Amino acid sequence: MTASLVVFFALAGLAVIGAVSLILQKHPIHSALSLIVVMVALAGLYLLLGAEFVAAVQIIVYGGAIMVLFVFVIMLLNAGVEEHTNISRLAGPPGLLLVVALAGFITATIVRTTAGVQGSSQTGAMASTSGISNMLFRDFVYPFELTSFLILVAVMGATVLAQREKP
Amino acid sequence: MSAILSANAELIITIVKIVLLLFIVLTVDAYLTWFERKLVAHIQSRWGPHRVGPHGLLQPLADGLKFLFKEDPTPAGVDKFVYFLAPLLALALALTSIAIIPFGPEPLRLFGREIYLGIAPPDLNIGILALFAITALGVYGVALAGWSSNNKYSLLGGLRSSAQMISYELALTMSVVGVLLIAGSFNLTKIIEAQAGPGIFGWHGIFGWNVWPQILGFICFFIAAIAETNRAPFDLPEAESELVAGFHTEYASFKFAMFFIAEYTSMTTISCLCSILFFGGWLSPFPASWTWTHYLPSVILLPFGLWVIWDGLRYETIFGRVILPVVGTAITALGAAFVLYPAVNEFIQGPFWLLSKIFVFLFIYVWMRGTLPRFRYDQLMAFGWKLLLPISIVNVIVTSFVILAKMQWSAK
Repeated sequence: MTASLVVFFALAGLAVIGAVSLILQKHPIHSALSLIVVMVALAGLYLLLGAEFVAAVQIIVYGGAIMVLFVFVIMLLNAGVEEHTNISRLAGPPGLLLVVALAGFITATIVRTTAGVQGSSQTGAMASTSGISNMLFRDFVYPFELTSFLILVAVMGATVLAQREKP
Repeated sequence: MSAILSANAELIITIVKIVLLLFIVLTVDAYLTWFERKLVAHIQSRWGPHRVGPHGLLQPLADGLKFLFKEDPTPAGVDKFVYFLAPLLALALALTSIAIIPFGPEPLRLFGREIYLGIAPPDLNIGILALFAITALGVYGVALAGWSSNNKYSLLGGLRSSAQMISYELALTMSVVGVLLIAGSFNLTKIIEAQAGPGIFGWHGIFGWNVWPQILGFICFFIAAIAETNRAPFDLPEAESELVAGFHTEYASFKFAMFFIAEYTSMTTISCLCSILFFGGWLSPFPASWTWTHYLPSVILLPFGLWVIWDGLRYETIFGRVILPVVGTAITALGAAFVLYPAVNEFIQGPFWLLSKIFVFLFIYVWMRGTLPRFRYDQLMAFGWKLLLPISIVNVIVTSFVILAKMQWSAK
């Protein structure tokens, strides 16, 4: 087993444990912390693939900004331990079916594209900062600008909604 | 044995570097508390610590011992896991961030290997981004400490801290973009090298530094950085006149010390960043042709060492009469060694200038704490969102237009 494979399994295991813990934790803050673990582990995986820029942005945006907002809101609302209700009887069988379907789909994809996964660690040039910026600001500049416009509209909408109560 | 050593040489060198840097950083942090107390005391016409050791120089050791041996009660109703995690997180992230700073241009050639000063490799392409990633996570230490303590003052401190960090992180990141545009890289070494060339009026040395074209960016960066490190006048998360001690009210003993060390380490990291991004890092402020400036470290160290010896000889306590002359002799010997060995003198030029700049910024940190009153909360928010952020965005736009115009001009 090479060193990078060991690191991969460590990070992947951390991500999976974090994701399971996210669902099983009873307190919202603990769930949020588990999600941060998942985000950081994913950033480590990106780093392993040679995508330094994506890894750093993953931590800055998701691990830092977004999750800080999550934690901030949970703290601000002082949300307590969740109450447990009896699990809906309807949710059981369809949920199980969906889990089986999803697991089958993922397994099928992995089995079919093992060769592609092996070669995917060669994405260094594509994942470099200049490669990403060339893609964003040259090849896909219109979709990119449209997306930012959409986000701007959403931000303005949020501001208007938040101020509606004022006279 | 030697086969194992040579096979894992990189690993061993890195571990040795980590241990050394950890030792240096923790010592610097300890004496930074002494420096701050002494300086603030003199600003306020007091003496500061002067009982423990000569000039109170052993005060940090006494404080460290006190932290170790104090009782460490865990308050009732705390969230145990998060309560223990928070100081660890704060300290670990603060110490990690300093590992990315490069401390010198030239590698140390030992045992036939090139050992660069600084733990991260000098070709780390995402240097500044990695630093921002670590600072972005740093907020959790403070926020979670405030939340888990089961104390309303702590919770208020944690809330203030997270709101403040979210607000000022934007200005912090945006104000650096101008520097990145000029250097064309995230790599800290390349950012420094880009400042060596001819600057304003085509002069070298101090005129090449980023602080001249990026003066707006520097002001925004430094103010936002002080807010990010929760230092006065932005120390609302621990405002002692309102919140007892803010987020660390319920922490005692070594867990409190961990927050303290984390804060001082962040101060050091931010001072390193200011020097590297805006003040030419390890570049000398003088033109390269002025070789006589290379004796400046000795010119500073020799008189300082002699003064320490003289100061020690007339000191009242026996302890001071022994310790101070020994320290003074060591400093004098260091200054003399730089004169006698030109190779060593060349090697320490870069680290000397970087450390001097870091010291200046640490001084400014303490100076501001001793001078400025604390912001009110609404002032803090308005200042960050309505002043710093727009200025830094304007800075980015103006810088990119100037660079574009220069490119068009040179293309003609």
